[in-house]
Amino acid sequence: MVLKSKHLLGLKDLTRQEIELILDTAGPMKEIIQRDIKKVPTLRGKLVVTLFYEPSTRTRTSFELAAKYMGADTVSIATSTSSVAKGESLRDTAQTLAAMGADAVIIRHSAAGSPVLLARYIKASVINGGDGMHEHPTQALLDMFTIREKMGRIEGLKVVILGDILHSRVARSNIWGLTKMGAEVRVVGPPTLIPEGIENLGVKVFYRVEEALRGADVVNVLRIQRERQKKGLFPSLREYALLYQLTPERLRLAKPGALVLHPGPMNRGIEISPAVADGLQSAITEQVTNGVAVRMALLYLLIGGGR
Amino acid sequence: MNVKAQIMDADKMRRALVRIAHEILERNKGTENLVLVGIRRRGVPLAKRLQRIIEEIEGVKLPLGVLDITLYRDDLTTLSPHPVIHSTEIPFNITGKKVVLVDDVLFTGRTVRAALDALMDLGRPRSIQLAVLIDRGHRELPIRADYVGKNVPTSLKEEIAVQVKEIDGVDQVLICAVPERTAGP
Repeated sequence: MVLKSKHLLGLKDLTRQEIELILDTAGPMKEIIQRDIKKVPTLRGKLVVTLFYEPSTRTRTSFELAAKYMGADTVSIATSTSSVAKGESLRDTAQTLAAMGADAVIIRHSAAGSPVLLARYIKASVINGGDGMHEHPTQALLDMFTIREKMGRIEGLKVVILGDILHSRVARSNIWGLTKMGAEVRVVGPPTLIPEGIENLGVKVFYRVEEALRGADVVNVLRIQRERQKKGLFPSLREYALLYQLTPERLRLAKPGALVLHPGPMNRGIEISPAVADGLQSAITEQVTNGVAVRMALLYLLIGGGR
Repeated sequence: MNVKAQIMDADKMRRALVRIAHEILERNKGTENLVLVGIRRRGVPLAKRLQRIIEEIEGVKLPLGVLDITLYRDDLTTLSPHPVIHSTEIPFNITGKKVVLVDDVLFTGRTVRAALDALMDLGRPRSIQLAVLIDRGHRELPIRADYVGKNVPTSLKEEIAVQVKEIDGVDQVLICAVPERTAGP
């Protein structure tokens, strides 16, 4: 079993078998993270570059740790302090990275499709670390890994994605992945934050959070992206919190022991109440550990062997 | 599989393992601080059998771990497709322990080299010993076994197939002709 493409641009392009291979490989990787000496020599001599045109703590750190635990060298390029700030184009940046001998480049960009563009310019494996409102495949993979670990399976589970579906690349990647894995996906949020035609991706649309939560196995709460809310798509954060915040009362409508996920960073008191975020059903901190394991698995599968 | 001969049947395998178990106990003067670690895949059932035999002899069940060496292989970049990674399960601290590493066949020594590196990353054992069912020669590294079920001189055109009930449904060791290479370098 092997991944067909040397890039990971989105979950839309992966088969169920490929997703399973990544999740299966992440299991043993998690064992390595829990050791005293978190180091294996698998990617010794490889160069992993993170190229982030948007801010990020967890995705970037997580990739860097994953690469370091596997013995690779890492270089991180923050666009605000690099030649990109001097106006260098994506293509020229790509060629520079290629000349430096990068084996994998993780890119985050506000423009959807930029990883595809980068993949055309460069021989290295390109991993999408989030592109605009398009996809954030590694986040969805770590969400699925966490679901499988906690619930034992994905197939047949009712998974609610709650919040700003319109702007969320996390939601899109989760929808592609979860539906391929056989879950029943429900999306819920204010009508203005649910993109038209989303049901064509095979999800059920709800506008009332109470209805969506009934009988749910997993609730994935999305961040209200304040930086993308300047268009007045909902009246106020206060009203959003009132109608859509995941509170202990609302969570009780889901199945007992339903799992709560959040991709972070959280706006406590807006999309999720602190009691839920820190509650027994929350796997939010576990998601961070799992994120490293999943990214180790990906790096191994993409650049660990011969091609 | 182009079988040339059977070099061990179930009885011979059992006797070899019983002897190895006795040798391990004799060399280490008992079971104190002794642990077994099987190398995936077929080292694992063999290690389990040694654990059982030693329990029958001494009444002590040795701790048993499972080692997956894939991430430590020195030939990963030349292999395609990727070998599947399985988990390493060593549920005890190996620091200060006398580790007996168990594998089915000792050949080039590269698997054992990888296993040594993997073990060292998990702690600092007091010593590491190596037990193998078959030593077929052709070492490429300065590595030798402490306990050997059977030495089998082979040519590079042959392959040793250790089969165990738990995986293959039968206990036996076969010597086979290598099929003409169909894939890979």
